[in-house]
Amino acid sequence: MRAADLVTALALMLVGGVVIADALRLGIGWGLEGPQSGFFPFWLALTMTVTAAVIAVRALRRPTSRPFVTATQLRPVVAVLAPAAAMVVLMEGLGLYVAAALYLGFYMRWVGRHSWPTIALLSLGVPILTFVIFEQWFLVPMPKGPLEAWLGF
Amino acid sequence: MGFDNLFLGFSIAVTPFNLFVAVVGILLGTIIGVLPGLGGANGVAILLPLTFTMPPTSAIILLTSIYWGALFGGAITSILFNIPGEPWSVATTFDGYPLARQGQGGQALTAAFTSSFVGAFVSIVLITFFAPPLAEIALKFGPPEFFAIQLLTFSSFVGLGGGDPLKSLVSILLGFVLAAVGLDTMTGQLRMTFGVTELMKGFDFIVAVIGLFGIGEILLSVEEGLRFHGARTGMKLAVVLDTWRILPRYWRTFVRGAFIGFWMGFKPGGATPASFMSYAFAKRFSKRADRFGKGELEGVVAPETAAHAAGVAAMLPMITLGIPGSPTAAVMLGGLIIWGLQPGPMLFKEKPDFVWGLIASMYTGNIIGVLMVLALVPFFAAILKIPFAILTPLIVVVCAIGSYAVHNSMIDVWYMLIFGVMGYVFKKLDYPLAPLVLALVLGDLAENALRQSLIMSQGSLTIFFVRPISGIIMAVAVFFFALPALTPWWRGRRGAPRPVESAASRH
Repeated sequence: MRAADLVTALALMLVGGVVIADALRLGIGWGLEGPQSGFFPFWLALTMTVTAAVIAVRALRRPTSRPFVTATQLRPVVAVLAPAAAMVVLMEGLGLYVAAALYLGFYMRWVGRHSWPTIALLSLGVPILTFVIFEQWFLVPMPKGPLEAWLGF
Repeated sequence: MGFDNLFLGFSIAVTPFNLFVAVVGILLGTIIGVLPGLGGANGVAILLPLTFTMPPTSAIILLTSIYWGALFGGAITSILFNIPGEPWSVATTFDGYPLARQGQGGQALTAAFTSSFVGAFVSIVLITFFAPPLAEIALKFGPPEFFAIQLLTFSSFVGLGGGDPLKSLVSILLGFVLAAVGLDTMTGQLRMTFGVTELMKGFDFIVAVIGLFGIGEILLSVEEGLRFHGARTGMKLAVVLDTWRILPRYWRTFVRGAFIGFWMGFKPGGATPASFMSYAFAKRFSKRADRFGKGELEGVVAPETAAHAAGVAAMLPMITLGIPGSPTAAVMLGGLIIWGLQPGPMLFKEKPDFVWGLIASMYTGNIIGVLMVLALVPFFAAILKIPFAILTPLIVVVCAIGSYAVHNSMIDVWYMLIFGVMGYVFKKLDYPLAPLVLALVLGDLAENALRQSLIMSQGSLTIFFVRPISGIIMAVAVFFFALPALTPWWRGRRGAPRPVESAASRH
């Protein structure tokens, strides 16, 4: 827990430092039309960096034995996150509907070990239902790929 | 004012289409409230794109109905599954789950829904009367007053939020920093984009809400090994009627809870402390205080009344000042802007049909809501029986759709994943997420108010303290910011021990 707390605080300080640097470039003083662009971000980032530094010092002083995450806890988290990221990659090329179908099918089989009929029903049914609701009823376009183009949408 | 406006509102809210919209909204909202990983804020955010083509009044009725539904849904999981869907449902589990384990689930659910309804109703009546004069006062506000109110908003997270004050402060500041990324509307300069085109648009808070609350919550729940040990609902008409016969006995708890809820609720982050406060008061004044925590009906009534009163009261600053009191209200505020409405006090003058339609729909929505959830509890409870290997990818897909639809942009889907990981880490480390979201929403408004105020005063900060209204608000804000430092000192002087912070700091 302490290491994670420390790393997060340091990351926040890093973000703060980057923002301060950019704010200084923009100018943090008084310009022609009042406060310059960097004025507000500068003071925000400065306060954030100082506060994060206090949190980091406090974390150093207060040791905890409780781990941030155990291996058994982390495994299901990665099992959700990695396929989700893969789906987003697929969305870029294949469109949302195909990517969602593949992702749903993969996760249900890999994690849930559901039967193939269930998987087929849901991984095809959900994208089709989404298509009808978003594209047809509410006219909200989703990213589409070669399959939709082939089908003429 | 007068009742003409309210009648105008009802004439809009009670059209067949808008009633249908309310029913759909409550149904969706309750499902959202029951599902792990989806709550009021991100449920509303995901469905926001569906409202782009609707008339604004129907759109806001849909979103508020989803909100009411989500509030009701939180009670179902708290009582039957001991899973508080939202932080303000935590206190409901104390007595609700034991009751359900003892086979009194139907009684507990009826009490929870009825209490929610009563709390919400009292708050709506108060909003009906307080909103117009408040909007009238707010019309006279200048930039310093608006900045002062925003500061008050954030100070209450630090001072009253119940979590770690330093981490609350960092959350707020990070939200503001993220809001500042992109084009500076006052000077036209690009800030913190470092030459990356994608960063020019900045970060949309709706995507942040979906990532932080949706994906983050899913990651947390799979980590805990998503398993539900549900109690039976035991919902029958006879049980409902019997419970309604008992409930009037607790009228004091209802009244107390509703007023605590309203009072805490129109300040941000108020619902959670309100529910705990109401529970604590009920326990103190009850003759059966020793039964609390073991399955006492009054222990369900107290937090539910206060939480809903607070949830509704969070709408008051949104419609009168244009400043949201909760992340869900913030998403609705974002909706208002997308539908082409300017949130704030002018709405009462320019769009009375919208404002009063919204207020009237709060009445109708909550009446429809309580009847629907009473009738459909078994259906909603069955949702949690869906295997989690189906539920989890489904929620991830829904989140991705919602994120993409906001701006039709793939980069937002990536941001959603990043915010999801951030939400997971922050929640584990006790960084509160609600203030981050509110800061992201209010960032530009707050910055413009600050800069305009400084232009008015030629750069002197004293402008915030010499103007009477802003001076008073600033004083309260400074007091709240100092509260975490003052409290231990004050307790030390009185020689009182520091009470153990309960689950209130969960959020």
